[in-house]
Amino acid sequence: MSALETADTKQNLRRVAIDPVTRVEGHGKVTILLDDNNRVHQVRLHIVEFRGFEAFIEGRPFWEVPVVVQRLCGICPVSHHLAAVKAMDHIAGYHRLTPTAEKLRRLMHYGQILQSHAVHFFHLASPDLLLGFDSEPTRRNIVGVAAQFPEIARQGVLLRKYGQEIIRHTSGKRIHGTGAIPGGVNKTLTTAEREELRLDIDTMIGWARDAVGLVEQLHATRPDFYDVFGEFPSNMMGLAAPNGALELYDGALRARDASGAMIFDQVPCSDYDSLLQEEVKPWTYMKFPHIRSLGAEAGWYKVGPLARIQTCDFIPTPLAEEERKKFMAPGGGKPRHGTLLFHWARMIEALHAAETIRDLLDDPDIVGTDLMGEKGERHLEAVGVIEAPRGTLFHHYRVGADDLVSYCNLIVSTTNNNQAMNEAIRSVAKDHLSGHEVTEGLLNHIEVAIRAYDPCLSCATHAIGQMPLQVDLVDASGALVGRRRKNFSGDAA
Amino acid sequence: MSEILAQFMLDGHRIAFEPGQTILQAALAAGIYIPHLCAHPEFTPHGSCKLCTVMVNGRNGSACTIKAMPGQDVLSDNPDLNSRRRTLLQMLFAEGNHFCPGCEKSGNCQLQALAYDLEMFDPHFAQFFPAREADGTHPEAFLDFNRCIMCELCVRASRDVDGKNVFAIAGRGRDTHIIVNSPSGKLGDSAFSIHDKAAQVCPVGAILPKEVGFVRPIGERLYDHDTIAEVALREEAGARSGEVT
Repeated sequence: MSALETADTKQNLRRVAIDPVTRVEGHGKVTILLDDNNRVHQVRLHIVEFRGFEAFIEGRPFWEVPVVVQRLCGICPVSHHLAAVKAMDHIAGYHRLTPTAEKLRRLMHYGQILQSHAVHFFHLASPDLLLGFDSEPTRRNIVGVAAQFPEIARQGVLLRKYGQEIIRHTSGKRIHGTGAIPGGVNKTLTTAEREELRLDIDTMIGWARDAVGLVEQLHATRPDFYDVFGEFPSNMMGLAAPNGALELYDGALRARDASGAMIFDQVPCSDYDSLLQEEVKPWTYMKFPHIRSLGAEAGWYKVGPLARIQTCDFIPTPLAEEERKKFMAPGGGKPRHGTLLFHWARMIEALHAAETIRDLLDDPDIVGTDLMGEKGERHLEAVGVIEAPRGTLFHHYRVGADDLVSYCNLIVSTTNNNQAMNEAIRSVAKDHLSGHEVTEGLLNHIEVAIRAYDPCLSCATHAIGQMPLQVDLVDASGALVGRRRKNFSGDAA
Repeated sequence: MSEILAQFMLDGHRIAFEPGQTILQAALAAGIYIPHLCAHPEFTPHGSCKLCTVMVNGRNGSACTIKAMPGQDVLSDNPDLNSRRRTLLQMLFAEGNHFCPGCEKSGNCQLQALAYDLEMFDPHFAQFFPAREADGTHPEAFLDFNRCIMCELCVRASRDVDGKNVFAIAGRGRDTHIIVNSPSGKLGDSAFSIHDKAAQVCPVGAILPKEVGFVRPIGERLYDHDTIAEVALREEAGARSGEVT
């Protein structure tokens, strides 16, 4: 854990705040304490909103939860929908889904992985990567990308649209549908819908492959910068199939340490509580989970694409596995930890999602009509875990004899990455900010590190070019000595 | 002496009626929809929700309780009356806890469908956010009074059809609420059955069969393709021909 979490003393330090952090989902801020020589003494990512879903889910009927809880987010609601319904399957007494139901849920999930990864890379991250971290801020957005790289922007928009169409066909709506219900799904995929989706899948696989190539080329231009920006060693966690394959919908928990050695493997998701512990810190609403046996100092970890593709043994689709091997090669058998490598890993996963979608569409079960499993013994407690686009997502519920939820615990992907994101911005602040005069471009380096994690701080909107940003320079006595501001229309002031 | 025709005027249309019919019944029989919530073709008119308020010869009244008579000049579908109906709906939404995005009745709910039909875009009034508990004690039915609009259809059905008197109105003014007739006040201790008529008449999501939830997919729900007017006219025709609706 970095020494930059808490300064030895706050005397004679000035505070710089990035509030809010932009081009992320939700609302967060970064505070940096600097001395007179601009040396960094403290860096923190604060999550300043409180949602309270765990509390108001209590008292609601269990079959309602998968639909209600997905309102946590407008970007990856499918993850919450499916994690909740996986738990509710067991609560309701359905311990095995029909092949059609499971494959339709998987199709929905991989559609979401594709659309979410596309929206993050092309809409949120590509302005930094393609236009430059310190390029003109008013043009550093998807509109600016569209002006300079129209074909890349078009492919990004259409990849996302394709993923959204899969979600619509499997859940009834592009956002906040109702497809998965305890015991199965409520909707078939018609042959006509399958053929409609099949028409474009090869194009999508091609574009996803091009996107991997784009990130790879970017890293090749300056590996000394892109590969080590925001680099820090950490444990990594994700779901894996029994044979070690990357698994995004189901599977068991697996973690490796920074050198790639296995910490645990094939731990049932229902045991997450004995495996992980959450720590509370007074300066943020987001908790800090860590592996219980390793303690808070050494047990924190990262999740999400970069962790997943290095925690698994292989990706079970050929093109993505080929790209994973190319990605791993420079590490010489050891994991790679540069923060910007998240983008590369994310596009490899997007390619895997597109390949999996093709395979699912080719499967005869996908147009089956047997949607509900056989009901067995009910349970009063269950855990549902899924690999959301941003990382491992835990839903844990207890239900009373009256079928109403009595307990709810959610550990969302971004919470799992809390310590890692803090470490990333401390690394960047130390390497790029310390000792320099603070400029908008340098502060954007901090945001670039946060964005790489694709954090979902809530389901707040992220309108293009309309994010307000204000950075205040305050001296040690608290007096304002300088201010840089961007207003709602994106104009610098 | 000329015969008096059993007809009245509704928004300029001549409507024939059968003696004893209310304005609402005659209008629906003639294929003209008047917005309503507490009226149900199988139950005695109640006149409490006031959504069916029309102007009869210059005076306001409930179309579900006023008998149709010759010489009536009735106004219903005009901007002024629809604006008042919208206000009534806004009051209903503000008074209860109606969270359509997470409600399993969404797409099958008369209150929601009517709000869409009357173009209610916001609740306008400050939300009451009343503290109301959900009751899951019955093995087959779930009660959620957060969504109750006090139409009393369950009260009437339990009393008049089921002969059980499971539900009743209690309290006064803004504290008016539905109570359950059982020693504990819980549905699980009452004589209620999922097969009762009272289990099938709730126009909103206050009385629901358990574990059915979102089983009907988006695109196949009652109001996904048909307006509330089309559904109401179909149900009225079914009730008159003796079909089960």
